[in-house]
Amino acid sequence: MNATTLPTTPLLEVLDLHVEVNGKPILKGVNLTVNAGEVHAIMGPNGSGKSTLSHVVAGKPGYVVTGGSLRYKGQDLLALAPEERARAGIFLAFQYPLEIPGVNNVYLLKAALNARHRHLGLPEVDAFEFLQLVKSKMQRMQMPESFLSRGVNEGFSGGEKKRNEVLQMQVLEPTLALLDETDSGLDIDALKVVSNGVNDLRSPERAIVMVTHYQRLLDYIVPDQVHVLVDGRVLLSGGKELALELEQRGYDWVRAQDAA
Amino acid sequence: MNAAPGITPTAEDGQNALDRAVGGTYRHGFVTDIESDTLPPGLDEDVIRVISRKKDEPQFLLDWRLRAFRHWQTMQEPAWAYVRYPPIDFQSISYYSAPKQNKDGPKSLADVDPKLLETYDKLGIPLHERARLAGVAVDAVFDSVSVATTFKDRLSKAGVIFCPFSEAVKTHPALLEQWLGSVVPHTDNFYAALNSAVFTDGSFVYIPKGVRCPMELSTYFRINAANTGQFERTLIIADEGSHVSYLEGCTAPKRDENQLHAAVVELVALDNAEIKYSTVQNWYPGDENGVGGIYNFVTKRGDCRGHRSKISWTQVETGSAITWKYPSCILTGDDSVGEFYSVAVANHHQQADTGTKMIHVGRNTRSTIVSKGISAGLAQNTYRGLVKILPSAEGARNYTQCDSLLMSPTCGAHTFPYVEVRNPTAIVEHEATTSRIGEDQLFYCLQRGLSQEDAVNMIVNGFCKAVFKELPMEFAVEAQNLLAVSLEGSVG
Repeated sequence: MNATTLPTTPLLEVLDLHVEVNGKPILKGVNLTVNAGEVHAIMGPNGSGKSTLSHVVAGKPGYVVTGGSLRYKGQDLLALAPEERARAGIFLAFQYPLEIPGVNNVYLLKAALNARHRHLGLPEVDAFEFLQLVKSKMQRMQMPESFLSRGVNEGFSGGEKKRNEVLQMQVLEPTLALLDETDSGLDIDALKVVSNGVNDLRSPERAIVMVTHYQRLLDYIVPDQVHVLVDGRVLLSGGKELALELEQRGYDWVRAQDAA
Repeated sequence: MNAAPGITPTAEDGQNALDRAVGGTYRHGFVTDIESDTLPPGLDEDVIRVISRKKDEPQFLLDWRLRAFRHWQTMQEPAWAYVRYPPIDFQSISYYSAPKQNKDGPKSLADVDPKLLETYDKLGIPLHERARLAGVAVDAVFDSVSVATTFKDRLSKAGVIFCPFSEAVKTHPALLEQWLGSVVPHTDNFYAALNSAVFTDGSFVYIPKGVRCPMELSTYFRINAANTGQFERTLIIADEGSHVSYLEGCTAPKRDENQLHAAVVELVALDNAEIKYSTVQNWYPGDENGVGGIYNFVTKRGDCRGHRSKISWTQVETGSAITWKYPSCILTGDDSVGEFYSVAVANHHQQADTGTKMIHVGRNTRSTIVSKGISAGLAQNTYRGLVKILPSAEGARNYTQCDSLLMSPTCGAHTFPYVEVRNPTAIVEHEATTSRIGEDQLFYCLQRGLSQEDAVNMIVNGFCKAVFKELPMEFAVEAQNLLAVSLEGSVG
């Protein structure tokens, strides 16, 4: 065993990140450091760039990085294609999960898990074991058996789609999970189920970054850090109590703090 | 009902990388050696007499050919299809060449273009079939011939007739005289008339009363199938209470020297009979620049002549430079059923104008149309369909679903559904969608770790699922691979 303690490399390091969409600056110098084992919440008013940040980390096309850097385990993330980032353990739970008609849910999930396994040099999953795994996770997410035979998000309600995202996350066990407004459109029961699903994944090797509008999600998934993104910059960071303060004082308070 | 306007996406991000393509595997092109047993180019009554004599045909068939030819001369080439091509000089085509033994073909697989072999590999074509498809001399592919012979024994025990058309002319002339042209008359359309005048071979199938054909009939296994392609004639008769499933074509790209193909397929289903006709067509589509490629002008029609009969067409069309093809059903018998399931792929410069006609004549006749068009590159893909309910068709029903998927900003998808209803009790439904393959859908799959190619294949196969499930199992798997190869590199 090597006893030397190396300085821990952050899981995700966002440095002075500038991003444009169709020539319009959205992120204007974002800084964020996420270490393994941490849960971060990113809050902010509409249009502040919260979703953009999660999209850029996942590598969604259409965003132009005009400055700054993005590192994952010390590696330049911008040099990796979206599928390479996914295989390296980055998972994005979509705000609006896509429907893929005619493609079976389980088929996509298995293809995704196998892609990750190949990347890790593991053998492909055994069909029987895979089904057992999915079924147990489905139970955890309170999803009916009929899900197994349905198309990817095809005809799912908003809540079902969100559960499906978290189910995929549970099966794929990412190292860095990005949740883009996973709580929006959920009733209180569904919110609990989804939150339990996310909390299952909390571990010292893993980090979770949640983008949300609402403090109520943070009652269920308690963050280590809260960041307030306003007009493309992180104006304020703090502990979980910051979210409560925000709820009371609103974003204008943050803007005023920044101006002061 | 009026034709819906075509939808052509505007060029936006020109991201289409048309680098690798299945078209590139056809280096053999169209080499035509003049052999002694080939008639010189040109068409007149003498040519037709020579064809008929060479095939040792009875007088009725010669007379029929001549009537067709005389009628053809009065006809105009159709111009209504949404396809463009230079005028065809019908006098520059040679209308007869004796079946060859592929003497001009490669001597062994080692002489075959490695890219062609690579395509076979991707399609999962068995080794012993590759040689035959690539046109390697026949003795090297003895396997498939012996397989065919075994099949023939089993069929004859069941009383099924399945043979080359030219053989049926000699062995079953009465059946031919009774049924030939009874669904597609020699006057039907320009290409059908031409085919009737000059066809050289094809398939003949007769399923006797009450017989369920013991195996899928496939042209793949028909002996003497070589070089019958250009003007092929197929006639299938399912006698009362019989059942047959027929597979035409093959997923592998085939070496073929004829540019113009004008086939005719006639199906007859008598009382309680059922015919399932599946096609996979993957002829040379031309290169990435639209040079060369087969013109496929086909007339396919089935007559549900008997009560409670059923004819089902399933097609996967990925090849040919130009496709002009409308497999149709005439629902004559009461309670008869017609079905059309189609996947048509057009990439690069391919043009496809394909669809179906469902003609409801009998009472309580039902038809289903499911059409999936996929356009990529610079291709134009048109669905053209007719649902016609005659006054006699009390209680007729049709359901049509017609979906188009666009893979590039430069391709086009067009839908022309015609509906004519002359009986107020009829119920006709039409659903149509056109969608661009979603960048968001793709990103969703990539974000789950799938490769771009796997993601495209998965989305496209999902889109085609309703048709693929109608194909016989092993054909369905081949068809999925075929789609993957045909659309390789078309998004990205």
